[in-house]
Amino acid sequence: MKLLRLLVIALTAFIAVSPAPTLAGDGGRTTKPVIAIANPGKCVAPAEEMRRNHMEMLKHQRDRTLRAGIRGEPASLNACIECHASKTTGSVRGGKDNFCESCHSYVAVKLDCWDCHQPKAKFKAAGLKP
Amino acid sequence: MSSPDNNPRRKFIAAAGAGVAGLGFTAIAPGLHLMAVGEAKAATEARKAGSAASPAVRWGLLIDANKCAPGCTKCIDACHTENGVSEKLPDARQNSQWIRKIELVDRRDGRKTELPMMCQHCAEPPCVDVCPTGASMKRADGIVLVDRHTCIGCRYCMMACPYKARSFVHAPLTEQNPEVPRGQGCVESCTLCVHRVDKGQTPACVESCPEGAMMFGDLNDPASAIAKRIASVPTTQVRADLRLNPGVRYQGI
Repeated sequence: MKLLRLLVIALTAFIAVSPAPTLAGDGGRTTKPVIAIANPGKCVAPAEEMRRNHMEMLKHQRDRTLRAGIRGEPASLNACIECHASKTTGSVRGGKDNFCESCHSYVAVKLDCWDCHQPKAKFKAAGLKP
Repeated sequence: MSSPDNNPRRKFIAAAGAGVAGLGFTAIAPGLHLMAVGEAKAATEARKAGSAASPAVRWGLLIDANKCAPGCTKCIDACHTENGVSEKLPDARQNSQWIRKIELVDRRDGRKTELPMMCQHCAEPPCVDVCPTGASMKRADGIVLVDRHTCIGCRYCMMACPYKARSFVHAPLTEQNPEVPRGQGCVESCTLCVHRVDKGQTPACVESCPEGAMMFGDLNDPASAIAKRIASVPTTQVRADLRLNPGVRYQGI
């Protein structure tokens, strides 16, 4: 019984001492996303709209391009990369400083475009001889 | 000019040609006009940005097996470079195969024929019929594709395809070409280099063949070189008994 009382006191003391949890994004402990754009100012829509709707734009464009064969639309994943790929790594994925990955890891939204699409700008694959 | 055609513009040109002939120009023979209309048209034309693939067109290939050189793999090399097929898995059977060479041997006399085999871009594709998610699809211009955004990698289409044209991607990839996205967990096959065709180019295999054994064009356009050749020489659709009407035809098999 004495042991239990001691435990309760220790726990109360711990809760009282530990700081209140910080909300993400208020400049506290959480690192904010790095938004470094290699070639700024050429986007297809204002930044506010892009932040909110880029996934919708790309989703509808991909269906039109793949299924109907419509090419040359303003929203295009390859066109995104040309401006947003990091100057140092040439990619939008791979590290916390890379454009896509930076925001997506901040908001904890899984990013699977790059499982199939090439995240590096101006990449040329060599292929393999059989 | 006499065969049925869905393109209204072409019909108009044909009618105009006939009108010119009626105005005093001599028609050399029935169906042959002094002024050949549509001859100057290239095998392919770049589609205008923003316009969809036309159902009036049907892209196809004609492969002359007599010209296909034994042991030559130039078309496979070109395909792999163009489409970024570069994985080398420990089990070679798991590597993607968009195009492969097949050797036919006549057992009675030992005559060997080689030919490249890829997705046959059927008019009635069984892979599209069986796909549970609608990922396997045929574009309006006859190119059969996999929409990887909806493909769940069940491989039912691989079972359904009588040409063994499809492959499953077994490992994560990093070396994709920007215009040819491909990745683990999806089924894939020859796209007839759809990204090149939309720009007015021919598929990489056709361009690379040193023997000129492959021909690409619009099967629906009677003025195209491929349609003219098919109309004049005997050609074969592989497994024609299945009545899938493949867009790839072979000569000399």
